Amino acid sequence: MTLTKDEMAALVARDIAPGSFVNLGIGQPTTVADHLDAGSGVVLHTENGMLGMGPAATGDAVDHDLTNAGKVPVTELPGAAYFHHADSFAMMRGGHLDVCVLGAFQVSAAGDLANWHTGAPDAIPAVGGAMDLAIGAKQVLVMMTLFAKDGSPKLVPACTYPLTGLGCVDRVYTDLAVFDITPDGVRVRETFGITTDELAARLDVDITE
Amino acid sequence: MTAFFEGATGAEEALVDVADGATVLVGGFGMAGMPVDLIDALIRQGATDLTVVSNNAGNGDTGLAALLAKGRVRKVVCSFPRQSDSWVFDGLYRDGRIELDVVPQGNLAERMRAAGAGIGAFFCPTGVGTPLAEGKETREIDGRTYVLEYPIKGDVALIGAHRADRAGNLVYRKTARNFGPVMATAATTVVAQVSDVVDTGELDPEAVVTPGIYVDRVVSR
Repeated sequence: MTLTKDEMAALVARDIAPGSFVNLGIGQPTTVADHLDAGSGVVLHTENGMLGMGPAATGDAVDHDLTNAGKVPVTELPGAAYFHHADSFAMMRGGHLDVCVLGAFQVSAAGDLANWHTGAPDAIPAVGGAMDLAIGAKQVLVMMTLFAKDGSPKLVPACTYPLTGLGCVDRVYTDLAVFDITPDGVRVRETFGITTDELAARLDVDITE
Repeated sequence: MTAFFEGATGAEEALVDVADGATVLVGGFGMAGMPVDLIDALIRQGATDLTVVSNNAGNGDTGLAALLAKGRVRKVVCSFPRQSDSWVFDGLYRDGRIELDVVPQGNLAERMRAAGAGIGAFFCPTGVGTPLAEGKETREIDGRTYVLEYPIKGDVALIGAHRADRAGNLVYRKTARNFGPVMATAATTVVAQVSDVVDTGELDPEAVVTPGIYVDRVVSR
């Protein structure tokens, strides 16, 4: 069976090492937090200036001075720290963040990432912190469906959408398989409801087990 | 010396010298830390043809979105204009009535930090090989490619802080801190909106985030 979005999030959470400092991108990647074991010691970073971010706030806990990168009210955990934006991004660029999880329009076989702009003439470009995260975090994990709604693969020989970062993606979690982007090419870690041969037939990228 | 103002009238006094064509740094990440009272005062003050540097391009119909809706802004420099509630900006942009310069969020912060720290330019790895680095000078340093980025300096910074003391020192609240401390270093005139002002000596010097040296004017409610 192919994975649901929730199962993909659980898979990403499983692979994050205990004690890691982690940034979860806006949208799908945010849901990885729901699957992190409270005892794992994983510390969540939010680009708008916080380490030790807790779950979304509800009811009386909603404080509009305390939000995540998606501007959703969140909570703080014991040991949390606040800092300004230049420090928050220095933390990324300086290589202090262990993992970031990002969504993507396309990932290339060389690990190039396209996730900020479709390039459509009427689209309003908005990059946020995606470019900084992509080149900053020690490990960049991508979560996406393997095929777009029109059936075209999103793991591609070369990105056709505008790039976010060059050679920055380490691993790609999809509904059909998990791929490692290595210097020796794209490796299949596991598949879901499909064989590697079947996958290979549907992709323009060379994949090996 | 930091000057102190109160209320809506005070906010207008604090912004009396903002000129047409000014570059205005506006704090906030979405509405957290957004100096809404100062923006409202700027709308009443009337300065136009402004360049606004802020992370977003307005949310809903208040704050920065209200300034945009009044047609006072010629150009927005930001990282993330497009949001679920950015209809004011979206409309202006699609009608060709506002310019947009998209800057990666970390570069936005660091370029203002550089302006405030007297740095002429800096080499940054963000955006290498992407459309946002097109035409920019690059250099390879220890095997990695970097892009040359220049400072962003404001004529005025409008920031939201939590509390000031009479020495102009500022403390912030939670993630409403965001761009405030960096913008406070990067503009000729820095105006902070605060919830309250306490006597000098009442803020723990260890907890001060923005020292009063950076703060020209404080407006409290």
